[in-house]
Amino acid sequence: MNDSKSRFRHCVAFNYAIFLCVLAAAPASAALAETENEAAPLNYFLHSYGPASTPTMYLGWAFVALMVAIFTIIALLLAWAVLRKRTVEDPRLIGREDEGMPWIYIGTGVSTCILFALAIYSLVTLNVVAKPTHAPALTLTVTGYDWWWKVEYEDDDPAHRFVTANEIHIPVGLPVLVKLKSADVIHAFWVPMLAGKTQMIPGLTNQQWIEADTEGVYRGQCTQYCGVQHAHMGLEVVAQSDAEFRKWQDAQRKSAATASVTGIDAGKQLFLDRCAGCHTIRGTEAVGAHAPDLTHLKSRRLIAAGLLTNTPDHLVKWITHAQDLKPGTRMPSMVLTATEIASLSAFLSTLN
Amino acid sequence: MTDAAESSPDLNLTRVPEVGSAPIGSADEIHLAHLWESAPGWRGWLSTVDHKEIGLRYLVTAFIFLLMGGIEALIMRLQLARPDQTLLTPEQYSQLFTMHGVTMIFLYSLPILSGFSNYLWPLMLGSRDMAFPRLNALSYWVFLFAGIFLYASFPLGEAPNAGWFNYVPFAGLEYNTGPNIDVYALGMVLLGISTTVGAINFVVTLFRMRAPGMSIDRVPILVWGTLTASVANIFAIPSVSLAFFLLWLDRQTGTHFFDVVNGGKPLLWQHLFWMFGHPWVYAVVLPAMGIVSDALPTFCRRPLVGYSAVALSTMATMLLGFGVWIHHMFAAGLPTLALSFFGAASMVISIPSAVAVFAWIATIWLGRPVFNTPFLFFAGFVLLFVIGGLSGVMTAAIPLDFQLNETYFIVAHLHYVLLGINVFPVIGGIYYWFPKFFGRMMNETLGKWSFWVMFIGFNVGFFPMHLAGLLGMPRRIYTYAPNMGWSTVNMVTSVGSFVFAAGILIFLVNILISLKRGVLATPNPWDAPTLEWAIPSPPPAYNFAVIPFVASRHPLWEDRLDEGAGRSSLEQGYLLMEGRETIGTTPLDAIPDIILKMPEDSYTPFFLGLFSALAFTGLLLHWGAFTVLMTVACSLSLIVWMWPRKALVQRVPDIKQDTGAVHG
Repeated sequence: MNDSKSRFRHCVAFNYAIFLCVLAAAPASAALAETENEAAPLNYFLHSYGPASTPTMYLGWAFVALMVAIFTIIALLLAWAVLRKRTVEDPRLIGREDEGMPWIYIGTGVSTCILFALAIYSLVTLNVVAKPTHAPALTLTVTGYDWWWKVEYEDDDPAHRFVTANEIHIPVGLPVLVKLKSADVIHAFWVPMLAGKTQMIPGLTNQQWIEADTEGVYRGQCTQYCGVQHAHMGLEVVAQSDAEFRKWQDAQRKSAATASVTGIDAGKQLFLDRCAGCHTIRGTEAVGAHAPDLTHLKSRRLIAAGLLTNTPDHLVKWITHAQDLKPGTRMPSMVLTATEIASLSAFLSTLN
Repeated sequence: MTDAAESSPDLNLTRVPEVGSAPIGSADEIHLAHLWESAPGWRGWLSTVDHKEIGLRYLVTAFIFLLMGGIEALIMRLQLARPDQTLLTPEQYSQLFTMHGVTMIFLYSLPILSGFSNYLWPLMLGSRDMAFPRLNALSYWVFLFAGIFLYASFPLGEAPNAGWFNYVPFAGLEYNTGPNIDVYALGMVLLGISTTVGAINFVVTLFRMRAPGMSIDRVPILVWGTLTASVANIFAIPSVSLAFFLLWLDRQTGTHFFDVVNGGKPLLWQHLFWMFGHPWVYAVVLPAMGIVSDALPTFCRRPLVGYSAVALSTMATMLLGFGVWIHHMFAAGLPTLALSFFGAASMVISIPSAVAVFAWIATIWLGRPVFNTPFLFFAGFVLLFVIGGLSGVMTAAIPLDFQLNETYFIVAHLHYVLLGINVFPVIGGIYYWFPKFFGRMMNETLGKWSFWVMFIGFNVGFFPMHLAGLLGMPRRIYTYAPNMGWSTVNMVTSVGSFVFAAGILIFLVNILISLKRGVLATPNPWDAPTLEWAIPSPPPAYNFAVIPFVASRHPLWEDRLDEGAGRSSLEQGYLLMEGRETIGTTPLDAIPDIILKMPEDSYTPFFLGLFSALAFTGLLLHWGAFTVLMTVACSLSLIVWMWPRKALVQRVPDIKQDTGAVHG
């Protein structure tokens, strides 16, 4: 009886050890995952590049360190409580009820103090990330659509306003105010390495600020379930030097220069016939408002809201097989002949 | 008898209940069995109001739903095991994750606990049934029909598909034109009826149906847990039923509660849903925590440390649980000040949980653990509870939640909470009470295997989800690209989930084998302290041959605890056998108050449940005349149900001479 009990105690200890190894192995495997794939573009836990997210990252580290420590202490206490040796007694004996209250007093007391400190730390952090220290240098409105992002750059001068999609450029080192709207269902705007997420609720305008302190491309993703292609509703924020940003901004403000290019009339006509109901190309008769503005399509790094890189091949594949690549998307798979594809590609390739 | 001057000649409203004993096989005992047993065959099956039968049905039905939800999860894990998989279409994935959530949260987690409570409450409280046996039967039938209703559209590919949280306007008619959401809305209103009547039954049962002497500070913690959850449900269910009813009106009659174009407010849905949703989260864990608080001490050979503290913390959790719903909406763009209050409240709610955790650890520490399968499940539960609680504290930190919200970190957290705090105690509880349910012990070897496979599989499966969340993986995506850095964690999670499923399978095999070949159980195979172990396994239809007198929290350990509180009387007690009868007692001190005449078996709960489900089906399919017909049928059922009968008139007992014995 006693022997089998001690054998069993070893068995429990052994299995418990396996369990703790599993927990320990998990972070290691995650770190491995990151090196394997070179990057986890939404890894906000280890990477932050702006004042709206860096205090939160530190908060996250503090919490994780503390939680791991608390867990370890409690797990060891529990293991000790289970496995500690007892003097052999009559198995029918029952322990007294009124013992053990110090466990509750001390455990709850310490927990309360820790929680109080954590609450203060998180509220202080909330205060820091809630608003920028100085006035935003730039205001833009991002509107969520099923399943892409419309981006409007505001300006006091109406002639300087412009619209683009799925790719936000910001000047580095300056706070940017992002007004968040939705054209259909609830989405959420999340560029984790720059800031936390905020819902985009139809009928309301939410606000969020982002600021990048390093040049680079930051991945964003919709994080509120919004329908079948919620998974493929990505965006990118490109943070660049002030000069680069101004150059980009000036280019985006211009209308498409399709008139000056020859040999694209067939493609242009095809676009006007088949695509202009939804898409806009400024400077042409295409003024559709249901889909991304394509005036400067070629300037973007990705197409289909972050699904594909913007190469001519991908573009053709997307136009002809949108429903295979992103089933349920509002973009139909266009049935086009080889000639039509060629002329449409030629036309689209001019949208610099 | 002598004080019956005021009653009419043929209706004697006072009676002195006879005190005596009725050993098994005695004439009195045979008479009782005859009074309480249901008719054999399908008639008894449809008409029974026996809480034990209903409790087992709840357990079996809810467990079947757990298996269905589990299979849905496994299919999703196949889809997510590797990047860019095409096993499922996005729409299939949407329906699967929605039904997985709906099933686990609404059709498994509360009903399984209702099953335990239905079966165990009268046995733990020393009563012969719940306060409202027919209402109990109705609660089960409506739950069953609501479950079938919610699942009926699945084979047609029209299952709910907007997530269990069902946010508008995505769930509105404009973006969701099929019947999917109507099924969900009507199913939830129907299910709400079941939960509400069940909750009312529990509350009244606790306050009126305890054995004489079982004062409020002597009830098992499971009873506290279920009571707290039931009170919460009575307040929370109206919010969600209203939300779904308004949504259904929006969709079917063109009202504008949530319709933005006409001034409706999508945020209203989020508030209504989470005002319900958060209390519900506690409602589906507090009774399970109660299971552990009651059963763990049996295997530690000592009473629970800090009974009063744990009971109070149970209620404190629930009270605070009504003030933290905004923490599901931290990303909704609400004012910072409002977020701060709810964030702080969400931290505070961890304090009562800490009370419970340290009470359990102290109980193990000070006890002499017996390593039976139930003990393993309960001790494992404590560890999972801690992990789920700590990750919950992280989500209460508002700025951190701006990042964690809607990522797999939340998925990890909620699975640690719902599986760790609900499924582990439930399976441990089944191992523990199986001998009481079926009169046979479960196999220990298979039991230990099932625990370790489940425990390891669970942690391998769900712990990496925390990391997926920290790596930025959003929830509810049907696939992901290989360059996101989520491939390894997802593969590990998928493997772990199948290991976990294997553990569940071992458990099921154990049940099947033990039902047939398990060792026959004695009345109290674990040497446990509470009343349900004082009666044979399985219990007779009447539960207690005599209503016991209770003198302490641990009636079956009294001789060894020797706390000087007197001795409970289990063999001698009220006989009460003029028809189906039990004793009603006062709410706090449990002083005998009334002789309750309990109803006979009845078909009306079944038919009322059936007709209401059919009425809802009529609403769904726009069959106007059919709906009206079924509503009339419901009313007729209610008239039959409520028809006054002289046999059920309650008697006031003349118990003055007995109260001394109770508290002696």
